[in-house]
Amino acid sequence: MGAATDLGWWGVLIAVVGGAIRVSTPYLFVSLGETLTEKSGRVNLGLEGTLVMGAMSGYGISYVTGSPWLGVLVAGLTGTLLGLLHAAVCNLPRVNDIAVGIALFLFGTGLAFYLGKPLIEPVAPRLPHLPLGAWSDYPQIRVALEINALFIIGLILAPVLRWGLRNTKWGIMLRTVGDSSDAAKALGYSVNFVRIMGTMAGGFLAGVGGSFLSLYYPGSWNEALSSGQGLMAVTLVIFARWNPVYCFYTSLLFGGATALGPALQSVGITANYYLYGAAPYVLTLGLLISSSSTRHRLVGAPSELTISK
Amino acid sequence: MVGSRAKSGVEAVAISAAALLATLVLFGAFVALRGINPFDVYRVLYLGAFGSWFAIQHTLTQAAPLMLTALCTAVPARAGLLVIGGEGALVVGGVATVLVGVTLMGVPAPVAIALMCMTGTLAGGLWIGAAGALRHYRGVHETISTLLLNYIAIAVMNHLVTGPIRDFSQVLKPASWSVGERFMIGDLPGTSIHWGLAFGVVTCLLVYVLMRRTTFGFAVDILGGNVRAAQMVGLPIGPLVLSTCVIGGAAAGLAGTIEVIAVHGFASASLAVGYGYAGILVAFLARHNPMAIILIATLLGGISASGGLLQRRFDLPDAATLVLRGILFLAVLASSTLYGRLKIFQSRAV
Repeated sequence: MGAATDLGWWGVLIAVVGGAIRVSTPYLFVSLGETLTEKSGRVNLGLEGTLVMGAMSGYGISYVTGSPWLGVLVAGLTGTLLGLLHAAVCNLPRVNDIAVGIALFLFGTGLAFYLGKPLIEPVAPRLPHLPLGAWSDYPQIRVALEINALFIIGLILAPVLRWGLRNTKWGIMLRTVGDSSDAAKALGYSVNFVRIMGTMAGGFLAGVGGSFLSLYYPGSWNEALSSGQGLMAVTLVIFARWNPVYCFYTSLLFGGATALGPALQSVGITANYYLYGAAPYVLTLGLLISSSSTRHRLVGAPSELTISK
Repeated sequence: MVGSRAKSGVEAVAISAAALLATLVLFGAFVALRGINPFDVYRVLYLGAFGSWFAIQHTLTQAAPLMLTALCTAVPARAGLLVIGGEGALVVGGVATVLVGVTLMGVPAPVAIALMCMTGTLAGGLWIGAAGALRHYRGVHETISTLLLNYIAIAVMNHLVTGPIRDFSQVLKPASWSVGERFMIGDLPGTSIHWGLAFGVVTCLLVYVLMRRTTFGFAVDILGGNVRAAQMVGLPIGPLVLSTCVIGGAAAGLAGTIEVIAVHGFASASLAVGYGYAGILVAFLARHNPMAIILIATLLGGISASGGLLQRRFDLPDAATLVLRGILFLAVLASSTLYGRLKIFQSRAV
């Protein structure tokens, strides 16, 4: 056995923490994006499809141009387009935003599989990371503290978004539309326009989150790349009470839950591997049950949101 | 003077046809981008789905589970819920069927098959019923809970078939023990379509009668139309919500049983191949009408059945049928805005 056994259970803890940092990034970006969309009063369940499309397009662009950052940008733009599609269909009267989300989830994953067929073989340049663990002699600590660039961007973005939602004209307009479309209309805002913007911004961030999957970790394109992270992130927003900074903490928690199975496997505990794989879903459901109530609305929920009515 | 009920039927058909036409145009443009003649694609799509007896049998085999998983969305939808847990209920039903089936060694086949069908139905019903209970008693949104339950069901199945109930003689991929050849229900006489089709059609017809011809169905429609009205006339909201979820889940659970006792003989990852998700599309296309589900499931089954032929003939990736379905879903949802806005379908107020 290697050094893994030297650290014993500390090794599991380090692997979970490192895994949390590594795995949480797509959760973080999708949940930040969904927060912006839901603050405008709409739910976009299609962000799972956006995530997969972002992963595919980002990988393709990185492979063709040799620049992973260009891949990240294009992944974001792809997400923006899918967000526009969601918003445009939802702007029609009497169209259910949750159903449109499910349709876009199926459409996005199907389209990504269709266009991504030629990308399964090639190897594209990956995103860089900061080796913050270089001081350590333990390879586990070194691996755990390889902090990826997108995680750092997300870390900065979360408080910036919170500040922006509270203090900028755009943030206040977004929240007004999400809390009372009548009030927003009375103030002369176009509710549909603000929601288009909110959903497109959400799509951009979800697309960027997707590019992380193909360009950093796991770091290649295949059809089993996402296992519902985009959908779980939507639930995560509820638990984070529509607060971008809480989104960051809950993303870490979810990342840790996702990393539990592989962490135990790394110290030789392979029994029940698939059962540990259910951990993030069970955690999500448990948190949802504990934070919901029939008597009062979800704390912090925008009033116009169909999901909390 | 045409009756208002007939007029709304014509309206539904006309709007659905418009959505289908829009889909054909959009998907046609999509394949044309690849330099493929869309009309050739549609001709092959038709041939692969309904062009020969062989194709029709393949289509109907694909349609059978879709009819049942569509009910999982359609029945709760009549009560105003959006349940998307068909995939998980199917998996749970299939796994439960195996767990019970392998203990029935000495039991006569017809009894064992009946018991297995009841097991799958019960397991699926409880699975989605739990989501209904969470909705009613805790206010947990049923769309999200059923979605999470899908992933939990698949994880539990993967756990079971890679460990506790793994059949190690299956070397290619992890699979559970088999229920045994004796308990397989086989094909409809003179065809290669398995009996699951009959289960699907009969279940849809039964649910149609339940939803359209009974007081229960009437009460569910009132609840789906307006919760306040349902409360005012004193309808039992909780039991109605729960029973629609249980019925829907039971149908999808039965689909899982059928996948086991008519197709695979065991539980494995091939239970979770997307019948549940395609069922959501079928339910929406059929506007949650159980009779229309039979027809739409056949249509969608045809699209799936011709995927292989499209791939061979045009070198299109098999995901092309997923794209076609996605466009169709979006077009159908977008077209729902047209209901009640087209003057020619409106009856004059009396």
